[in-house]
Amino acid sequence: MKYRSAFDIIGPVMIGPSSSHTAGAARIGRVARTLFERQPKKVVISFYGSFAKTYKGHGTDLAIVAGLLDFDTFDERIPNSLTIAEELGMEVIFQTEEAVPDHPNTVKINIYDDKNEMEVVGISIGGGTIEITEINSFKLKLSGDPAILVMHQDRFGIISCVTAVLSKYEINIGHMEVARKEKGEMAIMVIEVDQKIEDDVIEELRGLSYVSRVIRMVE
Amino acid sequence: MFRNVAELVMLAEQQQVKIAEIMIRQEIEVTGLTREEIISKMDNNLTVMENALERGLKGVKSQTGLTGGDAVLLQKYIQSGKALSGNLLLDAVSKAVATNEVNAAMGVICATPTAGSAGVVPGTLFAVKEKLNPTRLEMIEFLFTAAAFGFVVANNATVSGAAGGCQAEVGSAAGMAAASIVEMAGGTPQQAAEAMAITLKNMLGLVCDPVAGLVEVPCVKRNAMGASNAMTAADMALAGITSRIPCDEVIGAMYAIGQSMPSSLRETAEGGLAATPTGRRLEAEIFGQPKDKLKDYLVLQ
Repeated sequence: MKYRSAFDIIGPVMIGPSSSHTAGAARIGRVARTLFERQPKKVVISFYGSFAKTYKGHGTDLAIVAGLLDFDTFDERIPNSLTIAEELGMEVIFQTEEAVPDHPNTVKINIYDDKNEMEVVGISIGGGTIEITEINSFKLKLSGDPAILVMHQDRFGIISCVTAVLSKYEINIGHMEVARKEKGEMAIMVIEVDQKIEDDVIEELRGLSYVSRVIRMVE
Repeated sequence: MFRNVAELVMLAEQQQVKIAEIMIRQEIEVTGLTREEIISKMDNNLTVMENALERGLKGVKSQTGLTGGDAVLLQKYIQSGKALSGNLLLDAVSKAVATNEVNAAMGVICATPTAGSAGVVPGTLFAVKEKLNPTRLEMIEFLFTAAAFGFVVANNATVSGAAGGCQAEVGSAAGMAAASIVEMAGGTPQQAAEAMAITLKNMLGLVCDPVAGLVEVPCVKRNAMGASNAMTAADMALAGITSRIPCDEVIGAMYAIGQSMPSSLRETAEGGLAATPTGRRLEAEIFGQPKDKLKDYLVLQ
């Protein structure tokens, strides 16, 4: 099930005008910011489908930038996010794409700073609920169950270290995917589980050797 | 976890509780939060709705000037004593409009289930409140009942205008509101489901065609009609009228209709009212420069 909570339906509390094109966009931007872990220097935002046709009218551009600045959906600074981004020295480029996406509300965000770059693709499926569908060209398939993303160095034994921590806390894995770009380089694990993952579990995973980031994808 | 309206109604009947209670129990199970935490979270959302509505009733204007001020006009008209369709109905309509005018003005609202359709549920709630005098907890339950029906639509169909047209947004919101009104007025879970079915049936096929891509025209007035549709259907269900097509099948029909809608009528501002000469002119005025879409309009002239 894509929607799990009553608050996915009655909520979010947000700045208008559109839950999918404003609040959802802000959430995708904020997840991208969380994945990047710091203020980007430059972002290139590519809109597809309905996003490409109507982003100006819905303030989708303002909302995504607000999310990248780590603002929540109800932050009253959303309408001024472009000015704030400029003041903070974050360069923002918007482009619209003609390609027909799988979901009409699709956005691709490329994030850069001096050290790093990252690509995140997200869709806004309605009522402010979002899905992240790609990170650095890794395709993610999330069912809506609680999920975490682990970024780590591609190396023997990391998968077993991560699953051992989950096992210790009696967390059952429903689905798991691992992927990497190049042998020995950055790899990704996406793990879907049956219950909520508490903060102490996340912290313990973060403490593992060769694990660079652990992020909650779905609460 | 209930997967459809039939299961939702069955659970409420078996456990002899309100639909709101089934939603609250499921929320406790899914999130691991306590009942108090969940109630308090919804209480906050209710406060946001109340604040938005009050702000709208004082009068707001959107940045484009396309919408705003209609809630005030309606309230004055009600007070004049000349209203034909009944004060409670028009109060719901004006409060739905008030909320959506605040949304269009980029104010703070609570999506129910979306921002474009955020007026219907609070609009009807704060109107029937005047007649039914509910407690604060009963008002919170109204929102959980709405959530339960919206949950079924979102998981089995869609609540996105880009995916399913306005029927998925205002249609769903109106159905959710109708069910909640019935439950608050003392109707049975089955009557709530009938009200949802009757409402949604009458919003099938409604397209999403926002002028200039803004959530203003016709969204604000569609919230007005969503609210009045919900009120009428709730009264019909409470009178004992049932829907020949079961609620789950109406939701299925809504989804199928949404999937067969061309993308020009699903929140792309390419068809419907957005493509009328006036719609195009407003778009050009707002964004300052004629878009390539404007060519068709200029040829027509």
